[in-house]
Amino acid sequence: MQVEAYAGEEMILNMGPQHPSTHGVLRLELETDGEIVKKVIPHIGYLHRCFEKHAEKIDYLGVIPFCDRMDYIASMNNSLGYALAIEKLLQLEVNQRVQTLRILMAELNRIASHLLSIGTYAMDIGSFTPFLHCFREREKVLDLFEWLCGARLLYNYNWVGGVSHDLPTGFIEKTREFLRQFEPVITEMDKLLSYNKIFIERTANVGIITEKQAFSHNVTGPNLRGSGIRWDLRKEEPYCGYETYNFEIPVGLGKFGSLGSCWDRYYVRVREMEQSIQLILQALDRLPEGDVQETVPKRIKPSKGEIYDRTETPRGELGYYVISDGGLIPFRVKVKSPCFTVLSILPSIAKGAMVADIIAIIGSIDIVMGEIDR
Amino acid sequence: MEYLRQVLLQKVAGFDQLPGSLQVFIPMLLGCLLCLGLVALFPLFAVWLERKVSAHMQDRLGPMRVGGWHGWAQTIADGVKLLLKEDIIPAEADRLLFKLAPIVVFVGGFAAFVVLPFSDQFIVSDLNIGVLYIIAISSLGVVGIIMAGWASNNKYALFGGMRAAAQIVSYEIPTMLAILTVVIPVGSLSMQDIVRAQSGGIFNWFIFQPVTFLAFWVFYIGTLAEVNRTPFDIPEAESELVAGYHTEYSGMRFAFFFLAEYANMFLVSAIGVTLFWGGWQGPTWLPGPIWFILKAMALVFVQMWLRWTLPRLRVDQLMYVSWKVLLPISFILVLAAGILALVTEGHLNE
Repeated sequence: MQVEAYAGEEMILNMGPQHPSTHGVLRLELETDGEIVKKVIPHIGYLHRCFEKHAEKIDYLGVIPFCDRMDYIASMNNSLGYALAIEKLLQLEVNQRVQTLRILMAELNRIASHLLSIGTYAMDIGSFTPFLHCFREREKVLDLFEWLCGARLLYNYNWVGGVSHDLPTGFIEKTREFLRQFEPVITEMDKLLSYNKIFIERTANVGIITEKQAFSHNVTGPNLRGSGIRWDLRKEEPYCGYETYNFEIPVGLGKFGSLGSCWDRYYVRVREMEQSIQLILQALDRLPEGDVQETVPKRIKPSKGEIYDRTETPRGELGYYVISDGGLIPFRVKVKSPCFTVLSILPSIAKGAMVADIIAIIGSIDIVMGEIDR
Repeated sequence: MEYLRQVLLQKVAGFDQLPGSLQVFIPMLLGCLLCLGLVALFPLFAVWLERKVSAHMQDRLGPMRVGGWHGWAQTIADGVKLLLKEDIIPAEADRLLFKLAPIVVFVGGFAAFVVLPFSDQFIVSDLNIGVLYIIAISSLGVVGIIMAGWASNNKYALFGGMRAAAQIVSYEIPTMLAILTVVIPVGSLSMQDIVRAQSGGIFNWFIFQPVTFLAFWVFYIGTLAEVNRTPFDIPEAESELVAGYHTEYSGMRFAFFFLAEYANMFLVSAIGVTLFWGGWQGPTWLPGPIWFILKAMALVFVQMWLRWTLPRLRVDQLMYVSWKVLLPISFILVLAAGILALVTEGHLNE
């Protein structure tokens, strides 16, 4: 770390890439004047693993495990996005059971992802206990996933035309049992953390994203909804049959301080977990019979063309732009990552904040470096 | 330590032949060594207790294996490990200050133990300015923290050291004023006098008197900030500054800071017990020192409980609480204590 003396008293402080709070390998160059931050420059690329280059060399099905590894916390949603894109390219229809299973797994993964986000956010703010409570619940979800397809975090579950494993016997009962004991835990979390005066003081009125800023920086997902804008791709451009389900879209209400603060974004995530529970229960109720792999093609060879398809992951709008040249290997797979676009807003909302607020802001926008760097 | 001197006079042959000054000095030395023992051993126990308390609050178990029963020897194992570590001093660090800093912090805490009244006779030195001495000596710790922050030649450490200094110095004022509300009815700065003023049953303790009841809360919050415990643990905020002012310390030097922090926790709890909770007094079926330690441990437990429940305050909010909330309250409390003392003419406990 070099200490460069600027005109006046500004100090260049380097946060990361190894830092307990930057949620992965993110390097933030802060120009601070005492405690106040004048400028934030994020440096990324420490986790770049050439996903898009790999996708040019591997056949369509083989790209799916790579998709998982981008946003490793919400893998079900990642591979779902890709599978849907390729299915659209092939004009392939899947049966009802596959669609329901996809929604079931996507929503379970949303719960797991939000639990991690909330837990680590609480830890950044200094409250260590909710972290463990969240992870205790997350372990139960990961146990379910391990039972289903053998993996805890990177599933390779959503295939083009189907899913990789059908539900084992007893899975539905176990999931219902989990949801039954999980609902009170959200209330416990609310009592311990959400309405805690110190937590509110640390997060309300901090990192305000206004509607104009959100639109100009293409912020999506809970970050956008925290600013009061009711936009969720599951309602706007439904996929997998989301239009037939009954659920609400929670938005930030500006309960404490201005609308669009860190507290609002955190609160949206907590409420989204509740909505996911409703979705899962509905999916479990209507699970039809069927073969989960009946429409999986032997060789995937789409005709020449291109497609852009987007889905709503726990972090926002994940988009896949796939160009096919008629062969067995995709010509190009470009990923539009929600965390990448939301990180671009960090310099504008962090101006004038204090060093402790930077931590609060990064935690609230919930970035995963795997997705930003790919 | 008059009591110890009498014991030595009776038990040790030839003790009464020593010159008078030695007769006083040796018991004091022994007393200090006992205190040192307590200061060194209590953190061992407290770290284990903290790990167990935090674990059970977080729905897990904590240390379970080292030493057999619930991992009681875990801290000893950790201490030995720290002893065996390489002593790293950063390249451009100020060597003398770097080495002195943990000692200064430790001494600032340890030196205050000599006026703690463990029982009617167990007090190393019953200074007639006991309270003033404690306040003065515990301020020494701040110097050590700033030394550590500066001498590490590390931006994060410097940040942490400055924050800690600002925090501790700001919170000393309401704490001192809260202590003053106890000194006013007692009329003496001596620790034993304060304890004796609370004699005559549990409801004579200052925690149950009107003004000092409120003063206790001001005192408790102030001392939470002085020992850098959450919600006031900005100087050690792991998620923000790695480890604050002791980032660059490793091995035994780090262990000193750690020891000093837990010894300080016990110290401020012990002071709180002396001033507000009746000190060593309690039903006679347990000896005085045991009551004293039990009560102090209860306050230490509450400190741990708060740490694992509450998030952390930001440094400006911390300053706000000190200067704009606690300080006005403590001023009013001092005024109220003065008026109360005037009205009852010092006959509060009769």
